[in-house]
Amino acid sequence: MTHAERPIADVVIAGFGGQGVLFAGQLLAHAALDAGLHTTWFPSYGPEMRGGTANCTVVVADGPIGSPVVGRPQAAIVLNLPSLDRYEPLVAPGGLLVVNTSLVDRAVARDDLDVVAIPADDVAAELGHPKLTNVVLLGALLARHPALRALGRLTPEHLATTLARVLPERHHHLLGANRAALERGAELAGAAPAAVAPTGA
Amino acid sequence: MAVELLKGNVAFAEAAVRAGCEAYFGYPITPQTEALEHMAKRMPELGRVFVQAESEVAAINMVYGAAAAGARVMTSSSSPGVSLMMEGISYIAGSEVPAVVVDVMRGGPGLGNIAPAQCDYLQMVKGGGHGDYRSIVLAPSTVQELIDHTVLAFDLAEAWRTIVVVLADGSLGQMMEGAELPPMRPPRPPSERAAWALTGAIGRPTNLVSSIHLEPSEEEAFNQRLQAKYAAIEAAEVRVEEHLTGDARIAVVAFGTAARLAKTAIAAARDDGLAVGVLRPITLDPFPTAALRALAERVDGLLVVEMNAGQMLQDVQRVVAERVPVRFFGRTGGVMPMPEEIGAAIRELAHEVGAADDAAPWQEVPA
Repeated sequence: MTHAERPIADVVIAGFGGQGVLFAGQLLAHAALDAGLHTTWFPSYGPEMRGGTANCTVVVADGPIGSPVVGRPQAAIVLNLPSLDRYEPLVAPGGLLVVNTSLVDRAVARDDLDVVAIPADDVAAELGHPKLTNVVLLGALLARHPALRALGRLTPEHLATTLARVLPERHHHLLGANRAALERGAELAGAAPAAVAPTGA
Repeated sequence: MAVELLKGNVAFAEAAVRAGCEAYFGYPITPQTEALEHMAKRMPELGRVFVQAESEVAAINMVYGAAAAGARVMTSSSSPGVSLMMEGISYIAGSEVPAVVVDVMRGGPGLGNIAPAQCDYLQMVKGGGHGDYRSIVLAPSTVQELIDHTVLAFDLAEAWRTIVVVLADGSLGQMMEGAELPPMRPPRPPSERAAWALTGAIGRPTNLVSSIHLEPSEEEAFNQRLQAKYAAIEAAEVRVEEHLTGDARIAVVAFGTAARLAKTAIAAARDDGLAVGVLRPITLDPFPTAALRALAERVDGLLVVEMNAGQMLQDVQRVVAERVPVRFFGRTGGVMPMPEEIGAAIRELAHEVGAADDAAPWQEVPA
């Protein structure tokens, strides 16, 4: 395979520090590895603190990965307005944009993206775990991203198994809630549409 | 062993533990502090030595002392911290004791920033400390290679009684990637230390580890021996990867992180019909002179890509000696070049040297 560097997916996850942006990316990367795929997780790192901005890039491929960073990601999860402002222009045409509308008060302007708009803070609160915003949105991404969905190896069930492996024992009482958050996100995102169907936010 | 998702800094620290590292001396500095943190936990629990020194100057001199006693020893730091170590590195080279230094490079000069950069190439490859010494310099480009190079570094350091530098960068230190750690190799028992080591001279002649030769003719004889050793290293230890260079008319020359960014860029360029490959020096010293010269004979142009202002470029130009056009694309200050930008530079060179005849028309990539 000469073009092993062509990834199955590259995903940017962005939000405020403390929203679980880096963790959501790590969960995706761990799950990809468990699914027998190659993966890289690349964090924005800097003199940052809770409430500052945070983002990470996850690349998933079936062979060795070249660049762990991308200029025009195929997919993005944005957890707040500054992240939407930054990444909406960058997502590749025809790409997927998952928006946390609980913290975004404007519509997505581009009409060439598949937009999934979910009030994920409210959804997580309804589930009784307001900190699981990130996991709800990850569930939505995995259900809607055509290539990741087609793998059939990154379902909420698979991610729950991965979580049980990577989470320290003391957090295992949260495994059920995490799985519920993944499933709720997937349900709200629905299946990938046949063609790009802009929905606005 | 199994493939795990590992952060670069933790991965190389654990690799050192498993390679039988007996002592680690360091001082925290971003973006490599997780390595020190990992060692702080692991080394004492294994009954080995961990010291957070009062400065990098102290740390490298502790490395010198432990190495003189024949221990497997290392330090790690990032650019400004490594600058502070230069005097000690020269003394270690001048005493011919084996030591491993991992430099997780960041943006500079000066305090700079903590973002990924490759701007210590000249410092680490051309010296940095005083005197006619050289180090073996390994340039990993994946977390797996960072692990493998750390293990290799100890073996090379002892085989050649030299400093081995693992030259990584902030992105490799901070990123996570699937990788496999080596099996645990227990430290060498003190009774098996090298014959030259300062192990206590009971029942044997005394050993001397020193970098001082006051008589110039003796210093010159020592220098000649060092140079002969470096020539032997050059003959034996060159490592290089050639990626899709078989049919290439354009080749990118890049090391470490820049090389993996370039691999993504050339995959896209190949989709557009450009015959592009990558030559990646794995050892920066010894430099893969023969492979690069052979490649320069068969391609139409070379593009050097670095996360600096053009440091390895000087070595490429020296080796290629105007056989073929050599162009440069780099970002500085801790900015990582995006594959799209590298792709644009590849296309520009391909058009310049007429290697883009069959290629799709060049389209500007939106910023």
